[in-house]
Amino acid sequence: MKIGSPKEIAKDEARVAMTPESAAQLQKLGYECLLQSGAGEAAGFSDDAYEKAGVEIVKTAATLWKNADIIAKVRPPEPAEAKRLKKDKTLISFFYPAQNEELLELCKEQDANVIAMDMVPRISRAQKMDALSSMANIAGYRAVIEAGNNFGRFFTGQVTAAGKVPPAKVLVVGAGVAGLAAIGTATSLGAITYAFDVRPEVAEQIESMGAEFVFLEFEEAQDGAATGGYAAPSSPEFREKQLAKFRELAPDIDIVITTALIPGRDAPVLWTKDMVEKMKPGSVIVDLAAERGGNCELTVTDEKIVTDNRVTIVGYTDFPSRMAAQSSTLYATNVRHMMADLTPEKDGKVVHDMEDDVIRGATVTFEGAITYPPPPPKIQAIATQPKKEVPKELTPEERAVEEKAAFRKQTITHVSLLGIGALLVLAVGLVAPASFMQHFIVFVLSVFVGFQVIWNVSHSLHTPLMAVTNAISSIIILGALIQIGSSSIIITALSVLAIFMAAINIFGGFLVTRRMLAMFQKS
Amino acid sequence: MDFGFTTAAYVVAAVLFIFSLGGLSGQESAKRAVWYGIVGMFIAVVATMLGPGQGMWALSIVLIAGGAVVGYQLATRVQMTQMPELVAIMHSLVGLAAVFVGFNADIMINTIAGIYADAGQVMGAVGPDGYTAIGLPKEISDGLSSFGQLIAKKSSVEITILRVELVLGIWIGAVTFTGSVIAYGKLAGRVDSAATQLPGGHLLNAVAAVLSVVFVFMYLGGSGSWTLVILTLLALFIGYHLIMGIGGADMPVVVSMLNSYSGWAAAAIGFSLGNDLLILVGALVGSSGAILSYIMCKAMNRSFISVILGGFGGAAGEQMAVDGEQVAIDAAGVAATLNDADSVVIVPGYGMAVAQAQQAVSELTTKLREQGKKVRFAIHPVAGRLPGHMNVLLAEAKVPYDIVLEMDEINEDFPETDVAIIIGSNDIVNPAAQDDPNSPIAGMPVLEVWKAKQVFVSKRGQGTGYSGIENPLFYKENTRMFFGDAKASMSQLIPLVE
Repeated sequence: MKIGSPKEIAKDEARVAMTPESAAQLQKLGYECLLQSGAGEAAGFSDDAYEKAGVEIVKTAATLWKNADIIAKVRPPEPAEAKRLKKDKTLISFFYPAQNEELLELCKEQDANVIAMDMVPRISRAQKMDALSSMANIAGYRAVIEAGNNFGRFFTGQVTAAGKVPPAKVLVVGAGVAGLAAIGTATSLGAITYAFDVRPEVAEQIESMGAEFVFLEFEEAQDGAATGGYAAPSSPEFREKQLAKFRELAPDIDIVITTALIPGRDAPVLWTKDMVEKMKPGSVIVDLAAERGGNCELTVTDEKIVTDNRVTIVGYTDFPSRMAAQSSTLYATNVRHMMADLTPEKDGKVVHDMEDDVIRGATVTFEGAITYPPPPPKIQAIATQPKKEVPKELTPEERAVEEKAAFRKQTITHVSLLGIGALLVLAVGLVAPASFMQHFIVFVLSVFVGFQVIWNVSHSLHTPLMAVTNAISSIIILGALIQIGSSSIIITALSVLAIFMAAINIFGGFLVTRRMLAMFQKS
Repeated sequence: MDFGFTTAAYVVAAVLFIFSLGGLSGQESAKRAVWYGIVGMFIAVVATMLGPGQGMWALSIVLIAGGAVVGYQLATRVQMTQMPELVAIMHSLVGLAAVFVGFNADIMINTIAGIYADAGQVMGAVGPDGYTAIGLPKEISDGLSSFGQLIAKKSSVEITILRVELVLGIWIGAVTFTGSVIAYGKLAGRVDSAATQLPGGHLLNAVAAVLSVVFVFMYLGGSGSWTLVILTLLALFIGYHLIMGIGGADMPVVVSMLNSYSGWAAAAIGFSLGNDLLILVGALVGSSGAILSYIMCKAMNRSFISVILGGFGGAAGEQMAVDGEQVAIDAAGVAATLNDADSVVIVPGYGMAVAQAQQAVSELTTKLREQGKKVRFAIHPVAGRLPGHMNVLLAEAKVPYDIVLEMDEINEDFPETDVAIIIGSNDIVNPAAQDDPNSPIAGMPVLEVWKAKQVFVSKRGQGTGYSGIENPLFYKENTRMFFGDAKASMSQLIPLVE
């Protein structure tokens, strides 16, 4: 079968759904690749490069749509494009079926199969074709670059001969893929980065990227796992608290990057007019939610504006397209992975398996029927958060009582142990003669000293410890030395053996300890 | 030289010994601490030789010199991987020496009793005050060795206590001797490391122990020295049979337990000889070994008794079934992941020691560190066959000790770790210890390597480890099995990493 990519006709769209690299991989799956002449030009891929990769270059869009069995493109098709679809043709592209009902109807009437890249379910297996994440990642990165471009200072703090430069403070609102990418980019540029998200479980991810989680004291925390990893709308009380926190932060922050989106809704307004007014002149706001109205009250979709207090607000919606080479590469790879799943035999034949969770989820029209919305996937996106047992906060009084009880218990054990010990020693003292008791004192004290000293020995030195204790336990040589002077032959003979063995131990033990210790070196 | 000087010397030696153990709290101070021990031992030996009644200097010095030669050979030739064997065999020497010294004491008591009889007196008879021994006439007493004089001055109660002490010394010494020999055999691979017992199992040990008690009473009742010989044989048997019944994986506990025993034997002998330094050092060593055993047991979440009684007690119920399969990977795959990783944690186990892979591991570490990656080692308290075994091996291979961390220090860091490499360890990284309440190792603290983003397991082949427990880690989604000899595997990686 043939797979083809036309030139995107949307204004300013620079991306392309097939790269020379992905074409080579698609051919391995058994497909022939077609490309409309000049489709890759804006993303930096020349027709020559495609031809070298074995792609057939087609002059016009009409021929391409006619010849290709599978059409891979980036943007949702324009009505004119959709009309070119026929029965048994498959279209792979972003589609946004929820917002494009008419288009969906059109495709159904054309009897074509449509796979929407934006509908790929969020499960581990499907991550390789998750084009939304790929694009969000790029958007997050680009947002920081765009902010830097409009920001008149360094990101990183520096102390130079010409004076001290404070580091930029960046706030990222919404720690999805785009948010995390933005955090990573901002921190690696040296900015002090703060991040906020309504899902407390992402705090760890935020911190792992090097940003500080803006913590909000609030009881009813959301469990993101229930909504497939996306945020759900929050209660009015929570929103108030959140805005109050932002208001508090606004005067300090140099760059705000907002990425907060709730699936299937307008973007929530999180950065209000008064916050913008509180910001320092020269600050920058990049609103990645501009396409859905924006998180910032003043955002103008697709435009860059400067407010009266000289805060720049960037409302572009085409961040991925602004990095067309990178985004095309990633998108083409996502498409390629989708094709690999559609071609289980690698024989160039599409097997549209509607039982497969991923393929079913992404398919919006199939054999003349609308198959959107899909049933919920069989596998849950993210494991449900185990309900955390919140340890009960103790009041100071309770804690005091508890400590007191613990202390008393400890005292009782101590005293009873000491009592038993003392009784035992006294009992021995009743029978044993004084000469024994003198030695006994030494023995008991030594055991105590031993316990105190050995607990401090570091774990890594346990082998040397054993070697050394081994060496010094050969102190038994003293016994043999005392006895060797005896008149009895047997005693002398046994002593001789004992001295010899103990001496081996002494020298062997100490030497080997020294050998070991000499090896421990600091880096 | 009089007695006071010897005692003073003993005080100095004792302090030095305590410092020598205390100094082991840090790597640098340890290097100094060994010298304290050496000097302490030198002072103690010289002071004893100068002490009263000591004869045969020349012979003693020759013997010590001979021992020095043998000890030097042992210490310089031993491979660091053979450390557990060396320590075990050295314990056996201390045990045997304790047995000999104990027997000497018994013979001496008999000799003195004979002298008393010749002089027409009863040994141990007390004077009018009721507790001071009458002792021998001065001219006979002066002819005895210092040890003889010591015994001759004792009352009958003291003689009995002396006998209790020497019986204890001999008994513990004998158990230590055969136990250490068997432990040595198991560690050196000369004796089958699996837990094997004669028919009758622990009952046999119990019978031997009961018989020992009977013979102790017979000996104290004056039945003569033959009871002591039988007692020794019984103790030798117990030592043999007890350790035969303990599997190779529990050897760290066994070796530290024997270490403790050798100390207690020395202390018991010290009592019978009335020598405070022996008592003190014996008690130090004894408590040190006891603490080590305790630490080891705790690290395996097992009680001391269950270790001594041998083998893992059978599983408490149906063990969790392991599903999935082991996915193998080749050196190129491992190297590619390592090249991308920022933080790497290496978990070495006994398998690394067996394959002598520590040098290759060290080289790999150096190479990774040169590229600015964060490489650390995670050591489980019971990794290897001896407490701290892995630390010594890594130190030998010149891995700096400040990147070698304990379990508690590193366990929290696994979620932020890109790659965990498991080299020849199994049970200490077994998630079943946490997940499966029926697993034989349930509740044992383990290194949570599976939380790392990627886990590589270097292993000779499929199959379970020393303890024979299935390891679900090998079947996890983020685990790749890197089969092959650990040394060869690591050496393959070195040129690929850049």
